[in-house]
Amino acid sequence: MTDFLPSIGRVFINFLGAAGRFAMFTLSALSHCFRPPFYFRLIGRQMVDIGFYSLPVVGLTAVFTGMVLALQTNTGFSRFGAASVTATVVVLSVTRELGPVIAALMVAGRIGASIAAEIGTMRVTDQIDALSTLSTNPLKYLVVPRIIAGLVTVPILVLIADIIGIFGGYLVGTYKLGFNAATYLNNTAQNLTAIDVSSGLIKAAVFGFIVALMGCYHGYHSRGGAQGVGAATTHAVVSSSVMILLFDYVLTSILF
Amino acid sequence: MSGAPKIEVRGLKKAFGRKVVLDGIDLDIGVGESVVVIGGSGTGKSVLVKCILGIIEPDAGSIKIDGQEVTTLSRGKREALLEKFGMLFQGAALFDSLLVWENVAFGLIQGRGMERNAAKKIAFEKLAAVGLGAEVGELRPAELSGGMQKRVGLARAIAATPEIIIFDEPTTGLDPIMGDVINDLIVKCVRDLGATAISITHDMASAHKIADRIAMIYKGRIIWTGAAKTIDNSGNPYVDQFIHGRADGPIQMEVRAL
Repeated sequence: MTDFLPSIGRVFINFLGAAGRFAMFTLSALSHCFRPPFYFRLIGRQMVDIGFYSLPVVGLTAVFTGMVLALQTNTGFSRFGAASVTATVVVLSVTRELGPVIAALMVAGRIGASIAAEIGTMRVTDQIDALSTLSTNPLKYLVVPRIIAGLVTVPILVLIADIIGIFGGYLVGTYKLGFNAATYLNNTAQNLTAIDVSSGLIKAAVFGFIVALMGCYHGYHSRGGAQGVGAATTHAVVSSSVMILLFDYVLTSILF
Repeated sequence: MSGAPKIEVRGLKKAFGRKVVLDGIDLDIGVGESVVVIGGSGTGKSVLVKCILGIIEPDAGSIKIDGQEVTTLSRGKREALLEKFGMLFQGAALFDSLLVWENVAFGLIQGRGMERNAAKKIAFEKLAAVGLGAEVGELRPAELSGGMQKRVGLARAIAATPEIIIFDEPTTGLDPIMGDVINDLIVKCVRDLGATAISITHDMASAHKIADRIAMIYKGRIIWTGAAKTIDNSGNPYVDQFIHGRADGPIQMEVRAL
């Protein structure tokens, strides 16, 4: 018992220390987003990395998600004689929930890991210290462009994922489940409102921020060579995935 | 050393957890002087220079540069102060994502806002100064050998004509001939710029070649300092053991079985 209590205390103090470091890092990164100099060339490069190069994986997951969703919805709702709502359920589920979450999780796996590995390697090879000695703020140069790119490009990715996911549902609905194409599209359009899409895009912006921030934070604080960079990469993907699901609930409860 | 010191370190302390790394360092470095700090691995040499650069915040003590206390400077003023510095890192620390010339010109473009073409011209001049041809400028750092990376790191360190240059283990990992080439380049660059230089190394051949004065750090303190040519007759048993690389002596290496 005498050993147990100090251990609990140490864990708690370490947790508070880590939470404080993370909060300071986040606030500092955010404040640098609004202060010059702005590295537009780097922001552009990150937008291409995060947005353009994620398109194939996000597109593929979106089309299969839409297809599976149409199948499952049709199967479930047929039991209650309500198979006709398949198009509506697909479009609402994709725009409100599955588009943002699936796209963000894919970006977390692809980009969160890559950001953490790149910045982590820069940390353990003294490149971040080198930035400081060259009168360049590492937060401004490395973190801010990635955060801005995440904030801007993930909503665009989600918008594309929404369209592709709905198209996947349409393909299954019309070619496999026997829905009339015009009726399916009509149901989709009639039941889709602006808030369904915009709420998904708000979620996407928050998720993009989370992915970039967690990748940068874990990479920036990595220690101990290749093993440290590997650990940072894992932590970045796991923590951003958990945070995406947590904030998904929080935002859903606020927005709807 | 005569006149006011360029760098003045007093009572500098730094600990990481329970491990005390710097335990009251006192060191003065004069204008245009080249001081080499020697000492075993883990004795705090790198921490000392990182404190001077402001990369690590000391727990106590004072660091003055040109008479100005720097440990209490704001982030912005610290960044401005860093324009006085150039640094050659142990592993060169070149930016993988940039071309060699962009690495050399980085401080000019990002730090000083120089136009890219003008900075590129200076970068190629500095590459030539360290014996590298123009074709090297268009390569990626990963395509260079260790010795070439060190030269590029040196070109980057001197590109913005700094007043103070720091060399962290400049010859570590290089063959003796390439090590000597780097030493010659360091001496030439420091002399040409008239810069103040701080080097940290365990390579005594390098220390003899580039130092005006040598300081030895042991257990977080400077235990000996003197002119480079006097180190062989220092009369200090710690210094004697270190420079002759003897296992027996007052310095006991901490060796733990796995």
